[in-house]
Amino acid sequence: MTRIASSARLVLAVSLLAAFAFVLLGPILNLALWSVAERWYTPHKLPVTYGTRYWEQVFRPTGDAMASLGTSVWIAVLTVVFALALSIPAGYALARLKLPMRALFMLMFLLPQAFPSVAIYINVARIFYQLGINGTVFAVVLVHTTHGLVFSVWIAAAAFAAVDKDLELAARNMGASPMRAFLTVTLPLAAPGILASGIFVFLESLDEFTGTFFVGVPQVTTLPLLLYNAAMGGNYQVASITALILLVPSVLFMLFIERFLRADVLAKVGA
Amino acid sequence: MRNEAHSGASIAVRDLHVAYGGTRVLHGVSIDFTPGSFTALLGSSGCGKTTLLRSLSGFVPVESGSIIVGGQDVAALPPEKRGMAMVFQSYALWPHMSVLQNIGYGLKLRGVPKAQIAAKVAAMLSMLGLAGYEDRKVTALSGGQRQRVALGRALAIDPGILLLDEPLSNLDAKIRMVMRHEIRAIQQRLGLTAIHVTHDREEAMTMADRLVIMQAGTIAQVGTPEEVYDRPASAFVANFMGAENILPLRVARSEAGASLTTGDATAHLAPGSGQALPAGEAVAYFRDDVARLDASDAAAGADLLVPARIAARAYPGGVYRYRVEAAGCQITVDDADRHELGTTIGLRIPLQRLHIFPASEAGIAA
Repeated sequence: MTRIASSARLVLAVSLLAAFAFVLLGPILNLALWSVAERWYTPHKLPVTYGTRYWEQVFRPTGDAMASLGTSVWIAVLTVVFALALSIPAGYALARLKLPMRALFMLMFLLPQAFPSVAIYINVARIFYQLGINGTVFAVVLVHTTHGLVFSVWIAAAAFAAVDKDLELAARNMGASPMRAFLTVTLPLAAPGILASGIFVFLESLDEFTGTFFVGVPQVTTLPLLLYNAAMGGNYQVASITALILLVPSVLFMLFIERFLRADVLAKVGA
Repeated sequence: MRNEAHSGASIAVRDLHVAYGGTRVLHGVSIDFTPGSFTALLGSSGCGKTTLLRSLSGFVPVESGSIIVGGQDVAALPPEKRGMAMVFQSYALWPHMSVLQNIGYGLKLRGVPKAQIAAKVAAMLSMLGLAGYEDRKVTALSGGQRQRVALGRALAIDPGILLLDEPLSNLDAKIRMVMRHEIRAIQQRLGLTAIHVTHDREEAMTMADRLVIMQAGTIAQVGTPEEVYDRPASAFVANFMGAENILPLRVARSEAGASLTTGDATAHLAPGSGQALPAGEAVAYFRDDVARLDASDAAAGADLLVPARIAARAYPGGVYRYRVEAAGCQITVDDADRHELGTTIGLRIPLQRLHIFPASEAGIAA
């Protein structure tokens, strides 16, 4: 009797695990399959011909994919620089100083996320047209920075709040100016959190579609836009390969979070 | 290492008011710290002792009043310009730095060459019994070792003033005893002016030359450990210094001296000895180790002999500890002999060991 129960439990566990793995890995397997399918049409359940032709096409130095990957990375790097330049002071202020209406400040950074993005970006695009910056990398970076600030500011505030204030006071007590204490004690101790927020902003920027579409097209083509164009043009192979490339940094980030970020910092996000 | 004695600075605090977010914490504190003295700020939590220390170090802004260090008012100066080194309760060592970097931080700020920093840190570590620990991570040290590194960091900059914010409260009992003596010895050797915040009475009495008892943001009494212990200035101080037994009294003064009455017991004082006593309703405080149990019909002599009934008994070792009911109060008293519960007995208290205060004042302490 107990043997039947235990084997039933085992079967249930294995099938749940399999279902979970399918949900998690199924789409990725589908992408992988599409990326090496040179010919695949109905009624065939599997590709008719396999090959790396499309991989070669994507990674050809003159190909659109490499160019848009370059654009994407360049935009992401600039976005990280902008976002950190704002979120380090803002996060420190929110964590340390007794600001009136602190919650309101925190919410302010959330606002761009709170409304339908299409509605926001249409208006942003209109304003950028008037300013004459539509279709520039700068415009896309601005949009991505606004989008990323909620994460970078909230995470930076949590990272600074997790640094014991006595550690900073001890530096002041030893004769350090406020700036010196910040640079030698507070910032190094908050660095893992700040770095994580930077990576998060980087990934968000790499992944961003809607904003780029409204303020960047047609002059600026990022990887997600290329993916969109390829998919709309019926080129599932290029779309799949682009999607797989976009997946790599996300996985690396997960590993970083798991390895370096302390639970007490994560617990303070948004607090 | 420096050898000259009395390199400590003097501090004069005048009418210091400090508030935290609208709540007044210090209500006009005035006190002097002479160079090379070791003062303990003692009080229960929330009395303002830590706030006083933190306003000296500049971590807490001062509302009004002055802090004069060696002739200069530092009350408006930022922490880095005050020349005071602090040892934190939490140690506050920087976990991303080695022992060498922690202790050498203040020297590096002062532009001391690397080789000199290394030599100074090595000397500091050998003084603290941590020779050769330069490259250890502070996170790999035990509590006692961390506290030593924190002390080393404070002493490395040759401060005139050493502030100790409950530095021993996170250590276990054995190491705490050792550190008490070490900190005291180092302070004496370097001649520093030390101010030590603690809520541990014994720690304060064994380490300091002078106690400052604080109560609700003011100073209740300043004196040597003996003065504060034997001659508490108020009911609060008496109670805080361990005189936890309370006995209501009536004091009557006459030509022939004074008489103390509690319940059915009366004691007479010789003429001239009861001048300081408040007449009328009063409250007496005494420690449980000054009273004895005696037969209820024994001669009172020069003591106060109060009839009492034994309510509880415990044996903590050496002597029995009793809870007795006398004059409507619960009294704790130690006695060498074993008495049965419910027995009627005499509670004998030497008159000179009673700390007597007017009843109006005593309410504060209870």
